[in-house]
Amino acid sequence: MTATTDLTTDHSRAVADGAHTHSPGAASAAPQGSRAERLTSFSLDDIPVPTGREEEWRFSPVARIQPLFDGGLVTAGADGSGVRVTVEAAPEVKVETVGRDDARLGRAGKPGDRTGVTAWNAFTEATVVTVPAEATPADVTSVRFDGDQGAAAVPSAAHVLVKAERHAEAVVVIDHAGVATLNQTVEIDVADGAHLTVVSVQDWADGAVHTSSHRARIGRDAKLKHVVVTFGGDVVRVTPDAEFTGEGGEVEMVGLYFADSDQHQEHRLFVDHAVPRCKSRVTYKGALQGSGAHTVWVGDVLIQAEAEGTDTYELNRNLVLTDGARADSVPNLEIETGEIDGAGHASATGRFDDEQLFYLMARGIPETDARRLVVRGFFAELIQEIGVASVEERLIASIEAELEKSMSVITGEADPATETDAE
Amino acid sequence: MSTLEIRDLHVSVETKEGPKQILRGVDLTITSGQTHAIMGPNGSGKSTLASALAGHPKYQVTSGTVTLDGEDVLAMTVDERARAGLFLAMQYPVEVPGVSVANFLRTAKTAIDGEAPKLRTWGKEVKEAMGNLRIDSAFSERSVNEGFSGGEKKRHEILQMELFKPHFAILDETDSGLDVDALRIVSEGVNRAKENTDVGVLLITHYTRILRYIKPDFVHVFVDGRIAEEGGPELAERLEEEGYDKYVGAAAPASV
Ligand SMILES: Nc1ncnc2c1ncn2[C@@H]1O[C@H](COP(=O)(O)OP(=O)(O)O)[C@@H](O)[C@H]1O
Ligand SMILES: [Mg+2]
Repeated sequence: MTATTDLTTDHSRAVADGAHTHSPGAASAAPQGSRAERLTSFSLDDIPVPTGREEEWRFSPVARIQPLFDGGLVTAGADGSGVRVTVEAAPEVKVETVGRDDARLGRAGKPGDRTGVTAWNAFTEATVVTVPAEATPADVTSVRFDGDQGAAAVPSAAHVLVKAERHAEAVVVIDHAGVATLNQTVEIDVADGAHLTVVSVQDWADGAVHTSSHRARIGRDAKLKHVVVTFGGDVVRVTPDAEFTGEGGEVEMVGLYFADSDQHQEHRLFVDHAVPRCKSRVTYKGALQGSGAHTVWVGDVLIQAEAEGTDTYELNRNLVLTDGARADSVPNLEIETGEIDGAGHASATGRFDDEQLFYLMARGIPETDARRLVVRGFFAELIQEIGVASVEERLIASIEAELEKSMSVITGEADPATETDAE
Repeated sequence: MSTLEIRDLHVSVETKEGPKQILRGVDLTITSGQTHAIMGPNGSGKSTLASALAGHPKYQVTSGTVTLDGEDVLAMTVDERARAGLFLAMQYPVEVPGVSVANFLRTAKTAIDGEAPKLRTWGKEVKEAMGNLRIDSAFSERSVNEGFSGGEKKRHEILQMELFKPHFAILDETDSGLDVDALRIVSEGVNRAKENTDVGVLLITHYTRILRYIKPDFVHVFVDGRIAEEGGPELAERLEEEGYDKYVGAAAPASV
C-alpha cells in the first residue's frame, strides 16, 4: 500500500507504518515486563481469573470469555458437550484417544494465561495425532470440531497433541465450525529433522466463543509451518507459542483473519529463541469491516542470551475497509544477545486506499470489482505462502464470501442470502 | 468521429482549510484525431483538469460542463467515464499490491469492452504492445506499478492507452522524469495509438521537449486555472524561448 494511514496501532510499543530493523544488540524496551518473566504454570492456583487489566488480557472482551475461566468445563466430544470431534487421518498417520495421564501430554511448554491453565486442567480425554518417524503422507490429516446449537451453552475443553516424529513430513488441518464455547489446547511436537505444517481454521458460525492455546516445541533442524485462519465466531482468541529446543530449527507463522461487525479476533504469538541458530518468520494479515469489528495482534519475540545466530522477522498488516472497526497491533522484540543474524519487525494498519480504487475505476473497473481486486491483492502473497492447495482454495472462497458482505453494503443491494430465501 | 467539449469549467479541491478554487473557467474542444498540448507552469492546475475530467472524488466541479458527444460526462462515475472512452495516463500512477499486471489489464479490458477479450489474440496483443514499449514480459506477473521505476510506470500507462483504445486520452506529464530513450519509446507508443485508433489526445506537459516527438495541432498555455493563450505549434516554439514568465506576471492582477 502506498499511503497507509495509521489508525489504532499501539504507539507505546509498535512502530506504525513501516518496517524497521534492530541492529544486533539493541534491545527494545518492554514496559510491561519481559516475556521471559511471564509466569507459566499447570496449576489453576498460580494463574487467577483476569480482570481485563492484565497485559495479556488488556485488549480482550473478558466478560464474553468468562465461562472459559472456570475450572468446570466438560470435555469436547463427550456426551452432552454438543461438540463432535472427527479425525480423518492419512493412512500413515496414527490417531489415538488417550486419558489425561498419558505421559506424552503436557510436554510442549506450559500454560501462560487463565484460559490456557483451565483448558489444561479440564479435559479428561485428548486426541493424539502421530506422524511416525520418516513417514511422509501425501494426504492431509484433518481434525474437525463441529459444535451444534446446544454447545454454546456448555463450555467445553479440548486437548489435541500433534506429534511429528523424527524426519516425518506432514500436514495437519484443525477445523472449527458451528457454534461452541470452547477452550482448547493444541500441543505441537516437531521432533528433530521433521517438517510439520499445522493449520488451524476458525470458521465458526455467529455465537461461538473460542480460546486456543497452541504450544509448539521445535527440535533440532526441524521446521514448523504454523497457519492460523480466523473468519467466524463472536470471540476468537488464539495464542500460539513456539519454543526452539535444538539448533537449526525454523518456524514460519502465518495468519490471516477477517473480522466483521462485533467480532473480536485476537492472535497473540510468542516465539522463544532459547537456543542458537534458529529462524522465525511471522506474517499476519487481517481485514476488518463493520462497526465493532476488533482485531488484536500481539507478536512477542524473545531472543535469549544463548540464542546466537538467531534470524527473526515479524510483520503484521491490517486493512480497515469501513469506519468503526479497530485494529490493535503490537510487535515486541526483546534481544538479550548481540550475536544475532537479523531481527526486525513491521506493523501497519491502513484504511482502504481510495487512490487505488480511483486508479482501477479510471480503467473502467466497477467499484465492487475494484474493491475485490484490492482486498484479494492484500492477501494474495500470504495465501501463496500457506502451500496447502486445499486450504488455499477454501481461503479464497471464504474471502470472497466475506467481501460479498461488505459489497452489499456499498452497492445497497440486499444480502445475497436473504435474496435467495425470498425466491 | 467524437467530440469532447469542456465549457467554462470551474473546479475546487478539498483541503484542510476548506475548498480551494483551482480551475477558473476552462474552455476546450477536442475532436478525434486531434492532439492538443496543454502547457503551463507548475501549480497552474493542469493535473486538476486531468483529475476532474477523470472524476477524481477530491475535485469538485463548481460550475461548467463536460460532454462527450453530447453526453454529460460529469454525471458519470469514474468507471463509467472510462467505459465511455476517456483515458487518463496519470502523472503519479498508483501501486496496487497483489494485483498482477496481466490480471489488471485483462480485467480492465473486459470492463471497457463489456466482454472478455479473446484469450489467444489478447495474449498476443499484450505481448506485442509490451515489446514495442520495451517492457519486459516478466512485468505481467508483477504487481501493478509496485516497485516500478518512474519510466516503467509511464510506459505501463501508455501500454494501457494502446490496449484499451480510448476515444480520448489525457496524458498528464507522461514525459516528466523520462530520459531521452524512454521519451522516444513513450512518444512512439502515443503516435502508434493515434495512427491505429484516431484517438484524440490532450497532452499535458511542462516542457516542449516531447512536442518534437508528438506533433500537436493546437497549443494552449495554461496559467492560474485557465487557458491564457492558444495557438498552433508555433506557440510552443515561442514558449521554448520565452518561458512562462510573461504569463505568470500577468496572471496576478487578472481578477478583472
Ligand atoms: N489534492 C490537493 N490538495 C490541495 N491542494 C491541491 C490539490 N491538488 C492540487 N492542489 C493545488 O492546486 C494547484 C494546482 O495543482 P495541479 O493541478 O497539480 O497543478 P499542475 O499539475 O499544473 O502542476 C496547486 O496550487 C496545488 O497545490
Ligand atoms: Mg501536474
